[in-house]
Amino acid sequence: MNPVETDVKTLVIDEQEVSARAGQTILEVARENGIAIPTLCHLEGLSDVGACRLCLVEIKGSNKLLPACVTAVQEGMEVSTKTERLQKHRHTILELLFAERNHICSVCVANGHCELQTLGQEQGLTHVRLPYRNPELPVDASHERFTLDHNRCILCTRCVRVCAEIEGAHIWDVMGRGINSLIISDLHEDWGKSACTRCGKCVQVCPTGALFDKSKVGSDHPKYPEFLPYLNLMREAQ
Amino acid sequence: MTTEELEQIAESVRLANSKHDHEINVCMGTGCLSQHSDKLKDALTSAVDAQGKKVLVRRTGCMGLCAAGPLVLVDPEEILYQHVHAADAEKIASSLDREPVAELQCNLREHFDEQVHIVLENSGHIDPEKIDDYIAHDGYNALLKALTEMTPKDVIQQITDSGLRGRGGGGYPTGLKWSTVAKAAGEMKFVICNGDEGDPGAFMDRSVLESDPQRVIEGMVIGGYAVGASKGFIYVRAEYPLAVSRLTTALREARRHGLLGNNICNTPFNFDVEIRLGAGAFVCGEETALIASIEGKRGTPKPRPPYPASSGLFGKPTLINNVETFANIAPIIRKGGKWFASIGSERSKGTKVFALTGKITNSGLVEVPMGISLRQIVEGIGGGVPDGHTFKAVQTGGPSGGCIPAELLDIGVSYDALVKIGSIMGSGGMIVMDDTSCMVNVARFFIEFCMTESCGKCIPCRAGTAQMFTLLTRICTGTGTMDDLALLEDLCSTVKEASLCGLGQTAPNPILSTLKYFHNEYIEHIVNKRCPAGVCNMESIQSEIPSEVTA
Repeated sequence: MNPVETDVKTLVIDEQEVSARAGQTILEVARENGIAIPTLCHLEGLSDVGACRLCLVEIKGSNKLLPACVTAVQEGMEVSTKTERLQKHRHTILELLFAERNHICSVCVANGHCELQTLGQEQGLTHVRLPYRNPELPVDASHERFTLDHNRCILCTRCVRVCAEIEGAHIWDVMGRGINSLIISDLHEDWGKSACTRCGKCVQVCPTGALFDKSKVGSDHPKYPEFLPYLNLMREAQ
Repeated sequence: MTTEELEQIAESVRLANSKHDHEINVCMGTGCLSQHSDKLKDALTSAVDAQGKKVLVRRTGCMGLCAAGPLVLVDPEEILYQHVHAADAEKIASSLDREPVAELQCNLREHFDEQVHIVLENSGHIDPEKIDDYIAHDGYNALLKALTEMTPKDVIQQITDSGLRGRGGGGYPTGLKWSTVAKAAGEMKFVICNGDEGDPGAFMDRSVLESDPQRVIEGMVIGGYAVGASKGFIYVRAEYPLAVSRLTTALREARRHGLLGNNICNTPFNFDVEIRLGAGAFVCGEETALIASIEGKRGTPKPRPPYPASSGLFGKPTLINNVETFANIAPIIRKGGKWFASIGSERSKGTKVFALTGKITNSGLVEVPMGISLRQIVEGIGGGVPDGHTFKAVQTGGPSGGCIPAELLDIGVSYDALVKIGSIMGSGGMIVMDDTSCMVNVARFFIEFCMTESCGKCIPCRAGTAQMFTLLTRICTGTGTMDDLALLEDLCSTVKEASLCGLGQTAPNPILSTLKYFHNEYIEHIVNKRCPAGVCNMESIQSEIPSEVTA
C-alpha cells in the first residue's frame, strides 16, 4: 500500500456501509468489517491471481461477476457477496474441485485442517452431483522432509507464489494445460533432487493435504499460514 | 522516404510492369501451395519464356477461392483459372492473346461480385515479398500522410470517425482503444499485433499476413504514431511458417526503405517491430495471456482491470489489436474515416473477412460488407451446400461462438446481431454444417477443444470444461440421462459467468446455442438412444436396452 495515498472511499457491502483506503480490494475491506467471503487461492501476504473464483461478488450496475481479491474499491460501490447466483456458482466450483482429483478426507493428513474441507462444510455441500474423474496421479515423496501428493492438489498456486515471492527460490511452477496441469519442482524433477531450500513455506501455505510434513503422518497436520503477513511486516521494517 | 520517393518507386514498378503484355498471377497462399502452385509458377515461367512472350509471372497471396485452387489470374483480361496444375502451363501460355482456356476457366461471378475488398484489396495482385509492389498499390501513402500532415490526435479522430471495431472477436471500438492508450501516462508504450489465430476453421489472419504483410506493418506504425509508442510486436503462431517467413522479409524490406527504424520518413518518429512466435497455446490469443507470453512467462490470462491500455506489456500502456484490425488502418487514413463509415451496417462499419469452410461449395476466404445476410454468404457467395444435402447450421466465432440454424439465416451479420442470437462474430471462422452433422457431436467437439486448450488457471474453465466433455460423451454414446442434461446446463451457467477470461466465459456457447436451436437432437440421443444424423455410434447401447425406454 502506498502510504502517500490517504484518499478514503465509502461503499456498501451487503447493505453495510464501510469505509476504505483507495487501492484496497473489496476482499480486504469486507474482511476488515467482518464480512466473510470464501477464498482458496488468496492468501494474505501473497500476490493475488484471481483464479479460484470463489470470491466472486456482484456489483450493482454491472452484470459481470468480479473477483473480490483483485477488484479495487470505488466510491459509492454497492457490493453483494451472498446472492443466490453467487452461492450457486460457489457450490458448483467446490463440486468441481472435489470431483477433479482424489479428495478422500478420511485418509488425508489434512483431515480437520483442510481449507477445502472447511469451505465445503461452510457452504453446506452435502454431496457432489458431478461424476468423479478419479485420475491416476503420482505422489512425490523424494524429499527428505516433505511429500507432494498430486491427488489432493487444487492448483491454487499458493506454493508457487510463496516460493517465488517470499522465499525467492521459485522451485515450484505449473506444467501442462487445463485439466492436465501439474505442479512441478524445477524442470519437472523429483522434489528431492531440486534446488529446494527446505524452508517448508509451501507446506504451511498449502490449503489441502497436497503438501505435507513427513514427520506428521496421520490426521494431525495443522498448518500455520499466518506467519506470512508477519514475515512481510518484519521484512518491511528492516 | 518522402512522398516523391514513394511515387518514384511506384512509377518504376508501373514502368516495369508495362513492358509486359500480360501478367499471370499465381496464388501462392498456403492452400494453393499445398497443391504445388510453386511448381506451377515455375512451369508457367518456362512456358512463356519458351514461347518468347513478354509476360510477367508473379507470385501472389491468397485469391480467396481456396476450394478451386490452385488459382491463376491473367491480367489485364482478368481471366481466372481454377484447379491449374503444372501440366496446364503450356495451354495457358499459348492461350495468351487468344481465346482463354475454356475448361480451366472459373466463372463464379456471384462469388466475387457480392464481395467488397478493403483488407484483401491487394490479395492476388501483389507479390507479398516485394515492398515495391505494395507501394505501387498506394502502400505507405497513409503512413506518410499521417506522419507529415496529421497529429496523433487527428489520426485517432479518423479511426474514431470510421467506426472500426476490433476484428479479433470482441468488437471493442478501435478509436476508443487508441485514445485510451494515447492518454495513458508513461514514456514507454507498446503496440502489439495479435496474430495468434487459433479457432478451428479460421485462416483470415494467416491469409492477410501471407498475402499482404506490409499492410499490417503500416497499420502498426500508424498505431504507434497515434498512441506514442516506439516499439511493436507481432505475435504469430509458429504453426504459420509461411506467414512468419513473409513477415520477416516484409520487416527487413520496410527497414531498408526507412519505413521502420529511427526518424521514419525524416520525422522525429521512431518505431520498430519484432516478431514473437506463439508456442501453440490457443489461450495466448487472449490479450493478457499473449502479453505474458511475450514477457517470457507462462501464457495464462490475468484478471482485468487493469486493462493492457493502462498496464500491459512489462506493465506499460499497450495497444493490442488483431491482424485484420491493423489491416484496415491504412485504407481508413488514406480515404478518411467517413468513407469507411459509409460501408456496413449501423453499428458495425466496414467489411469483415470470413473463412468459409465445412459443407460448402466455395470454401475459402471472403470479404463482405457488414450487415450482409448470412444467407447471402452461405447460399450466394458460398454457393450453398454441395452434393444435394440440406443446410443445417452455420457455426460462427469458433469455440467461443454458436451454431445458427437455417431459420435465422436472414439476419444481417454484425457484432450485436450475432450476440443476440447466442453466437459471436469472433475472428471470422464460419463453418457450414449439413444434415450429416450431429449437433450434439459438434458441441462435444468444441468443448473438447476448449478443454484441451484451457490454461488450467481458473477452476470453472479447467474442471468445468472437462466435466462438460464427460457429460456430452455420455450423451453421444447413448448412456446420458436427463439428469446429465440438467447438470450440463447448470455447468454451462457457472463456466460462463465465473471463468476468468474470455475463453472460459464463452466456452459453453456451442452447447448453449445447440441446446437452444437443436434441443430435440439432445432428447433423441438421451431418450430414444438414436442419433438423428447417424454420426454417434450407439449400437452397443441399442442392443442392451429393452423396447420400452424411459428417461
